[in-house]
Amino acid sequence: MLAFVGIGLHDERDITLKGLEMARKCDRVYMELYTSVMDMDMKKLEEMIGKKVEILSREEVEEGGKIIEEAKEMDVCLLVPGDPMMATTHVELRLRAMEEGIETSLIHGISIITASAGLLGLQIYKFGRVVSIARPYENYFPLSPYDRIKENVKAGLHTLLLLDIGEKPMTANEGMEILLEMERRKGEGIISADTLIAVVARASSNDAMIRAGYIKDLMKEDFGSPPHCIVIPGDMHFMEAQSLVKIAGAPENILKKFRRDN
Amino acid sequence: MGRKEENIRKAKELRYIPEKIRNIGVVAHIDHGKTTFSDNLLAGAGMISEELAGEQLVLDYDEQEQARGITINAAAASMVHEYEGEEYLINLIDTPGHVDFGGDVTRAMRAVDGAIVVVCAVEGVMPQTETVLRQALRERVKPVLLINKVDRLINELKLDAEQMQERFIKIITEVNKLIKKMAPDEFKDKWLVKPEEGTVAFGSSLHNWAISVPYMKKTGITFKDIYEYCKNDDQKTLAKKAPIHEVSLNMVIEHLPNPKEAQRYRIPNIWRGDINSPLGKAMIECDPKGPLALMVTKIIIDPHAGEITFGRVFSGTLREGQEVHILGMPKPYRIQQVAVMVGGDRIQVEDIPAGNIAAISGLRDAYAGATVTSIPDTDPFESIKHISEPVVTVRVEAKRPADLPKLVKVLRDVSKADPSIQVEINQETGEYLMSGMGELHLEVTEYRIKNEHKLDIITSEPTVIYRETVKRKSPTFEGKSPNKHNYIYVEVEPLEEEVVKALLEGEIPENVKKYKKEAAKKLEELGMSREEAKGVFGIKGTNLITDVTKGIQHMNEVRELLKQAFEEVCNAGPKAAEPLQGVKVRVVDAKLHEDAIHRGPAQMIPAMRNAIYGAMTLADPILLEPMQKVFISVPHELMGNVTREITQRRGMILDIKNEGDMSIINAKAPVAEMFGFASAIRSATGGRVLWSTENMGFEPLPDFLQDEVTRKIRERKGMKPEPYPADHYAG
Ligand SMILES: Nc1nc2c(ncn2[C@@H]2O[C@H](COP(=O)(O)OP(=O)(O)O)[C@@H](O)[C@H]2O)c(=O)[nH]1
Repeated sequence: MLAFVGIGLHDERDITLKGLEMARKCDRVYMELYTSVMDMDMKKLEEMIGKKVEILSREEVEEGGKIIEEAKEMDVCLLVPGDPMMATTHVELRLRAMEEGIETSLIHGISIITASAGLLGLQIYKFGRVVSIARPYENYFPLSPYDRIKENVKAGLHTLLLLDIGEKPMTANEGMEILLEMERRKGEGIISADTLIAVVARASSNDAMIRAGYIKDLMKEDFGSPPHCIVIPGDMHFMEAQSLVKIAGAPENILKKFRRDN
Repeated sequence: MGRKEENIRKAKELRYIPEKIRNIGVVAHIDHGKTTFSDNLLAGAGMISEELAGEQLVLDYDEQEQARGITINAAAASMVHEYEGEEYLINLIDTPGHVDFGGDVTRAMRAVDGAIVVVCAVEGVMPQTETVLRQALRERVKPVLLINKVDRLINELKLDAEQMQERFIKIITEVNKLIKKMAPDEFKDKWLVKPEEGTVAFGSSLHNWAISVPYMKKTGITFKDIYEYCKNDDQKTLAKKAPIHEVSLNMVIEHLPNPKEAQRYRIPNIWRGDINSPLGKAMIECDPKGPLALMVTKIIIDPHAGEITFGRVFSGTLREGQEVHILGMPKPYRIQQVAVMVGGDRIQVEDIPAGNIAAISGLRDAYAGATVTSIPDTDPFESIKHISEPVVTVRVEAKRPADLPKLVKVLRDVSKADPSIQVEINQETGEYLMSGMGELHLEVTEYRIKNEHKLDIITSEPTVIYRETVKRKSPTFEGKSPNKHNYIYVEVEPLEEEVVKALLEGEIPENVKKYKKEAAKKLEELGMSREEAKGVFGIKGTNLITDVTKGIQHMNEVRELLKQAFEEVCNAGPKAAEPLQGVKVRVVDAKLHEDAIHRGPAQMIPAMRNAIYGAMTLADPILLEPMQKVFISVPHELMGNVTREITQRRGMILDIKNEGDMSIINAKAPVAEMFGFASAIRSATGGRVLWSTENMGFEPLPDFLQDEVTRKIRERKGMKPEPYPADHYAG
């Protein structure tokens, strides 16, 4: 049996009770950490589960052979940051396991997809496609995220931007730089220093930080250590605008634009 | 003021008048007399004493060259010559005479506008004559001809006056055949050499005389007179009446273009930027007031002065203390000193205007081929084409382990001074590998490292550099990204021969991204389908990659990554990690993840690499080996010994000609079998032999050797002995 267990956003205590029970019950517990930045206390986690947790590299998870072979013989559990099939999908591994006749199960975790909306007081119904901002390399500066953002903006929808983890997790400030660079290259007037955005840092931790404002102002702020994500709000319900002001410190003048009688 | 000082003063003045400048090179087959001739020019101009010409060998820059009797480095020298009452500045670039060092000849050609092609009257046009002439013509360098060693026709071969003239006609006809064949279309007729027009001279560099038809008319000297002087052993008088420097420099001034004239047609050929931009215009006009543009053609490491960069100033004026940009380098550089060369001396000046050759100190990080400008972010000069690529490698170690840091530095300096030397570290073994154009080239370099850089090194036996290619079209192969979210479908096949040839000749712009239209048009003309020609997005060596997919989302974003993987594969193929040759890669389909993070470099590069490797493995991959032409001239009675030596080395005799009591053998043989040929042939003939070789590209390694050689290379590189089967790459 192969179980995919979500371990949530911040530390070892974000796992659900069901997830914890599943991990305890399994013969082998693996974990991948390359898709997220977590403040995980391994010792405590192992104490909670009552057995050793082996961390797998990206290659080991992607290649998958070892996990599948073992899952044929015993109960294997793969701990995955967030909700297992969300931001980074492990569905390919699940399908392969099923092809091999292995029973699989899925236990959810809390995900940034809902947490960010929740923290900011934005309505999940009004989000458009989720977009990742990849760290640019010499030969790789994808501009398709810009097109996705544009589609959302045109439709008046909010955009959740997930920032690349890679070798060095991207900060919201870097993300903003990249957004402006995309605008420079595409020049379609979608993003500017005057665009209103919101930043969520370290969701689910005790020192989570939530800020909303114009890019030109937020660029200068320090959001502390990653993980960060960015939301570009679209047309807002007045309640959404109010929560950005009250919860995230957005400038009051946005309230004029998104009034109750608007 | 001595004559030399006087000349230096005049040279300094003339550098400001482009109409009075000629930038020239002397090119020849080895031993045809290029060095002797060049020294004659300098002696005539008062740069060295006339009696010493032919002995002093100013242009034979390296001590070692004198020891070996071959010219290795292209050094530069300026001289002043008076013609019809006006003074001219001649900038002479010396070029190496051994094609083992072919890269240098091409680089020197970039700096000059005209060339004196020296052909030995006895040997006639030789294959290296063709090679150097091709290199000159490709750079749009106009040729004139000097038939040298005429004294030997008379005194050794005992030809009579009529036979002598027949010989001349034969050589001129052959040279013109080559010019017709190789010159750019617009010059095919204009640049033919014709004695009656004065573009051919006849002479003896050893005895310091020469003659041309215009000079005969002017002075009344006839061919018959020449014949008599030689016969009567009075060439000294002839040298007084018709000094070789006078006759040949007259020819240069009269018939070779000045920089202003030449740059008009040369610039569009060597620079692909916008001709109507300020820089483009300034270069076309050779304008000293325009933006600075200089192309580096050579770097020498001077034991006293350090690194000296030579280059041709195409526009603007180079000044001491000026801030310049080397394209591709992040920060600007400050020029410390600028100088013109006179013989072995650098004469420091405060500025060097467009149209001249400059010697610069304080241009760290420059490399041969670099573009130096006053404005950053401009288009670079086309990289200098050389047909000759390294074919032989040795492993190099410092004798004392403590010298390792020095070894790293010395190897870097050596390859900077001679870019046809390539240095590489084998990542797995940590060994230093040094590659060059041939066994002799590497021996010479080793000698330099030991004697000039004073570093004791140990080198391994030389090994040959092979190429990998495919014999047929592969089926479509699927490459998967490690995260299994991206699939890329690839086919490989042999690249059209015409296209390979054009790539070797540098006829297709290297930067296909920037010159997409131009490249596509050219490729279609060469026989590629329109669809493929339009889809080409990468060229590496003689290999090419094209995207024939349609409407695949995100393809634009990953294409550069596919190209990067393609380039990696071109450096190391699946069979033996040797470079590829003549492979066409077609991207036929792809399935890409929606999210940009899931199709970044870590995913797409391995996917593409595996796709190409897998496809190649299914397309009958084979090794190609480098071949050499071999020319041997030997007395008849020893011919058997020579042909035996060749055939034992898997060589093939192509043709045997008789010249007097000598046989001239024309053969080809694999480079791998030619190691140690020098001493073998010497002992087989008791030293009574003249020979030379020239690299002639790659040919398939015979079937019976394919597996064995593959295994040997893989073992040497620390790989598992057998190449992987295709499903290894299916992931
Ligand atoms: N008889 C004769 N010998 C010459 C003449 N020019 C050069 N040589 C000799 O030919 C050999 C090769 O000349 P060199 O200038 O070193 O040739 P390079 O290899 O082309 O530079 C030397 O031994 C010269 O002395 C010439 O005009 N007549």
